[in-house]
Amino acid sequence: MSDERTGAEAAAKAGATGEPGAQRTSETALEAGAQGAATGRPLDVVEVREGLFGVHGTGDTSGFGGLVQTVVLPGPSERPYGGWFDEVVDVLAELLDGSGTGFAAAVESVVVDRGELTLDVVAAHLPEVARHLRDDQDLRFELSLGVSGVHYPQDTDRELHAVYHLVSVTHGRRLRLEVAVPDADPRIPSTVDVYPANDWHERETWDFFGIVFTGRTDLARIEMPDDWPGHPQRKDYPLGGIPVEYKGATVPPADQRRQYS
Amino acid sequence: MSAPHATGHVVDDETIGLRTFEATGGDWSDIAEEAARLGEQRIVVNMGPQHPSTHGVLRLMLEIDGETVTEARAGIGYLHTGIEKNMEHRTWTQGVTFCTRMDYVAPLFQEAGYCLAVEKLLGITDDVPERATQIRVLMMELNRIASHLVCLATGGNELGATTIMTVGFTAREEILRVFELITGLRMNHAYIRPGGVAQDIPPGALDSVREALVGVRRYLTQLEDLMLGQPILKGRLQGVGVLDLAGCMALGITGPMLRSTGLPYDVRKAAPYCGYETYEFDVPTAEGADCWDRMVLRFEECYQSMRIVDQVLDRLQASGQGGGAPVMVADRKIAWPAQLAIGSDGMGNSLDHIREIMGTSMEALIHHFKLVTEGFRVPAGQVWQTVEHPRGELGVHLVSDGGTKPYRAHFRDPSFNNLQSVSVLCEGGQVADVVCSVASIDPVLGGVDR
Repeated sequence: MSDERTGAEAAAKAGATGEPGAQRTSETALEAGAQGAATGRPLDVVEVREGLFGVHGTGDTSGFGGLVQTVVLPGPSERPYGGWFDEVVDVLAELLDGSGTGFAAAVESVVVDRGELTLDVVAAHLPEVARHLRDDQDLRFELSLGVSGVHYPQDTDRELHAVYHLVSVTHGRRLRLEVAVPDADPRIPSTVDVYPANDWHERETWDFFGIVFTGRTDLARIEMPDDWPGHPQRKDYPLGGIPVEYKGATVPPADQRRQYS
Repeated sequence: MSAPHATGHVVDDETIGLRTFEATGGDWSDIAEEAARLGEQRIVVNMGPQHPSTHGVLRLMLEIDGETVTEARAGIGYLHTGIEKNMEHRTWTQGVTFCTRMDYVAPLFQEAGYCLAVEKLLGITDDVPERATQIRVLMMELNRIASHLVCLATGGNELGATTIMTVGFTAREEILRVFELITGLRMNHAYIRPGGVAQDIPPGALDSVREALVGVRRYLTQLEDLMLGQPILKGRLQGVGVLDLAGCMALGITGPMLRSTGLPYDVRKAAPYCGYETYEFDVPTAEGADCWDRMVLRFEECYQSMRIVDQVLDRLQASGQGGGAPVMVADRKIAWPAQLAIGSDGMGNSLDHIREIMGTSMEALIHHFKLVTEGFRVPAGQVWQTVEHPRGELGVHLVSDGGTKPYRAHFRDPSFNNLQSVSVLCEGGQVADVVCSVASIDPVLGGVDR
């Protein structure tokens, strides 16, 4: 695998792997740093990578140190999504339009990548979307496998993502809901009313990422001690560790070792 | 309150002025006298985190009225080791050595789930050699039996039945011996790797598995004779810790707990991976949804796993004919160089491989060095992969930024989720039933806290 592979090439390759339901992600949407053509939502920037081969500073005589690559996650997909994905999105759109919320207002984009369907949901409408997904007989995603977070410090104003994985036992389907909120206002309405299973998962996501789930009681830390400062899974939180001496040489902690960019 | 403490008490404004008791040493009788004098009826008891019947460092906070539990809450986090955070700082291949330590009773499931997810990210799911997939199925099903045996054994021990514990652990030993033969370790194997498995099963391993299965079957029969007709065990487990289908779905409960309500939901059938759709096996269910049914189901699942093992042994026999069938993807940019051999100082790279990279091929040395120190790059994106863990549905969420390390690795551990049902299972029951109920969830705190 070549070192210069960017997110765009990578995603295009993944789209071409031919898994059932997968489709080639649109080329326009994949231009690094570009706006998502279909919906206007910015692409999820996961990393801005500088240099190559881990060479930085004055030691770099290769010239590769000047490279800057923006890596983005696979962007919005266009119809047809393939398989049952279209049907689910259609039914959800009908329900959301019927309730007055409007599909376009609640769902920012639909991403199909590696045979998986992701709906990017606006935080304010998450409980309603979840309720439709659970209750409608054609959707019936009755089992929630929990919530987890991802921190994208480079994704301006969408730094914190909460990821929900739902299963429809009835129809044998799986999908992912993704909600992005800014670090400055990390509030997402709780889904515990719809999926009580998410109770501990939301507490864990609060504990590790500092995402505040509103409209629920007892959003307490669950893994870390109650008085712990900071949220350890965020990218700006250090891993910790001490240098270890072995036969005269010193091995630094894992997050302070030389990095391959 | 006057005893010195390493950390201060949490000061809760609502409890200021309330009478509290604290036992340090042998002053229980003082507390009992004091409580009797004050006419206190409501007692909050901390069970764990250091308690032999809570399956590890689980802390249960029980509010009891006499012998009846009126409120039960579970406290976790005592075994949080930051495995997910650590995985973000190691290469994709090194991640296996971390996730295998999460649920240490069923390590091969984390390895398999993680590797399947990495392969999905790489888009090489279909390139994994058939023999590697068969070995993965063999290891997972053996591990499922071993894990259920631990559940049955410790569950019995917690009720005071030591013989159940010794028989169960002796049976598990048969399987651990097979693991040691194949992977070199009894647990924390790091055997399943992205792209395949670390190395092929050694000569004679298939016969060892067959021999071990004979032993396990004998011990299982002993356990069944010991447990299934036991009037005391029936009295302790039947009708205790009931959670119906609606409760299970709402709380996201999967695994034997969900199947004890009659719903045959099993990821191996619902979303097959590793070719499970080509194996013949049943998904046993029960109707009672109580601790007893969960115990019986675990017995039946052991027999179903043996059915799968029998089938996979035949396939491995066939695919091993002639020798040299690959157990790692052909792409040398991903396949970890693991030509392992036992040397005088333990297991390491074989002398033939060392001779090749050091003596004959500069390119092979560079390749080995780059792959081991830098690792391979994985295209940006995110995937979700679930596998049927002995305790329920294990989910792996991986995010890649196109680099050589996971950007985010999250494991949805089934015991973490299932422990949410503690209050529903225990409230209204007796204190003694708490032990049975928690044992029937079968939590492993290494997986819960990660």
